Amino acid sequence: MIRFVGAKTLDFVTQLGEIALLLMETVRNIFRRPFPRRNFFEQIVKIGWNSIPVTFFTAISTGAILALQTGYAMMSNVKGTEHFVGGVVALSVTRELGPILCAIMIAGRAGSGITAEIGTMKVTEQIDALVTLSANPVHYLIVPRVLAGVIVLPLLTLFTDLVAILGGMLVAFLEMGLNEAQYIETTLRMLTISDINNGLIKSVVFGLLITLIASFEGFRTKGGAEGVGKSTTRSVVMICMSILFFDYVLTSLLTTNF
Amino acid sequence: MSQTSDYAIEVRGLKKQLGGKEVLRGVDLSICRGETMVIIGQSGCGKSVLLKHIVGLHYPDDGEVFIDGKPLNGVSSAERLALLSEFGMLFQGAALFDSLTIAENVVFRHIQSRRYSQKEMDRIVDEKLEMVGLSGVAHLKPAELSGGMQKRVGLARAIAADPKFILYDEPTTGLDPIMADQINDLILHMKDMLNVTSIAVTHDMVSAYKISDRISMLYQGEVIETDTPERIQRSKNPYVRQFIRGEAYGPITTVRPFGRTAPSGTKGGKHETPQ
Ligand SMILES: Nc1ncnc2c1ncn2[C@@H]1O[C@H](COP(=O)(O)OP(=O)(O)O)[C@@H](O)[C@H]1O
Ligand SMILES: [Mg+2]
Repeated sequence: MIRFVGAKTLDFVTQLGEIALLLMETVRNIFRRPFPRRNFFEQIVKIGWNSIPVTFFTAISTGAILALQTGYAMMSNVKGTEHFVGGVVALSVTRELGPILCAIMIAGRAGSGITAEIGTMKVTEQIDALVTLSANPVHYLIVPRVLAGVIVLPLLTLFTDLVAILGGMLVAFLEMGLNEAQYIETTLRMLTISDINNGLIKSVVFGLLITLIASFEGFRTKGGAEGVGKSTTRSVVMICMSILFFDYVLTSLLTTNF
Repeated sequence: MSQTSDYAIEVRGLKKQLGGKEVLRGVDLSICRGETMVIIGQSGCGKSVLLKHIVGLHYPDDGEVFIDGKPLNGVSSAERLALLSEFGMLFQGAALFDSLTIAENVVFRHIQSRRYSQKEMDRIVDEKLEMVGLSGVAHLKPAELSGGMQKRVGLARAIAADPKFILYDEPTTGLDPIMADQINDLILHMKDMLNVTSIAVTHDMVSAYKISDRISMLYQGEVIETDTPERIQRSKNPYVRQFIRGEAYGPITTVRPFGRTAPSGTKGGKHETPQ
């Protein structure tokens, strides 16, 4: 048992090292010309544009549920504090739920897609073919994905924040009949720019984690269709765990600054 | 060391372990300029792995590959890339990029270099696809083609940039006999017209005899015989004889169906050191 845990831990540490190396390799390749424009725009569409529906749905329901839960909790416990629901929703969403939910959804949607695509290229020797045609796989495949992820995630997070706050409002006004002016007032009063900024900083890191780990797992794929399935699963699990871990680290770093 | 540069490609003492298995156990192979060398051997004996060492996709555990007398490994990555840019490779499964069209696959290298106009590239696409007997497929995606057609596109892509060296991994496997013979003719044409140096891996002995200047047999991670097709056909080596005649019974161990033993007169199921 101890040996098993030890081996797993060692595995994990080696993998972290390999991912760090891949990150360095990626950064070095960002500056290499010619920039893989076409792949980059394709990835912006795949990771960003195509994820808008699922992000929208997640955000609007999260905002609505959050408003409903906190609203009823406040009503039944401390009468007259209901309009604070606006502030509570805004804070929870911008600081925490927006970045993390958005990242988890994109990990499931785009992260798995990246691993499956690169993994398939690996097992069908397309990666080898790239090399024999004088293309650098990191430059051609990873750079566009990582850049797209780092750019798109903050934008999607901002979108999530907005839609979730809207979802909260809809429930508060239509379902619970709260006072509109008071609700909006608490939202604006409690929300600060630094909350939004911190959320966006997190989302940049999440964008990097999703695309980098997904690419890494894709490159490591071995053994046909079965191997692609395995590495896709492992990729999503790895990404989600690292998002949660870095969320904690970043939250403690960003909040001690204030 | 002056003799090394007499060869276009030279493999010396190449050893490689993969997945805990000794796949190559000291391969020696020399290919002259303009020669077509065919490598034969059973499935899984390491032919593809050997080719991948020559195009730099694998790094040897031991031994070295020389291209035009220059070592491939242990030089700067710029030198290595320069040596490797002279190669065209046809992969066993074609390995076409499935997100790109056939045309984009064929001129992939040209598109990446950004030094060619669309018109020049269109011309190259038409010319190379015609050479492999395909037309009207340039705008399709690889998934829309049959396996044999994909293979020919892979070949068109391998020759698109007029390489000095071409490696073919099972070029005729999966093709009908007529198409296979067209590919054989194409390989001969590449050699005669463009004076390329080639290595082809195949189990198709008809193709091997037709295209090769010399044939090498790989067995258990080593080259056991290298000779001209005529002399290979008359080889006394029992392993070579069994392979080129495609006989189930002989010194090469195979799984015997239903536990049958070899008929009398042939020795079965025993490893002997080939002479
Ligand atoms: N990347 C790899 N990792 C582990 N084993 C490998 C790898 N590539 C090839 N092998 C093993 O090496 C042996 C030779 O493979 P290969 O060269 O593809 O055979 P073939 O002669 O049919 O082309 C096989 O047993 C295969 O399982
Ligand atoms: Mg093979």
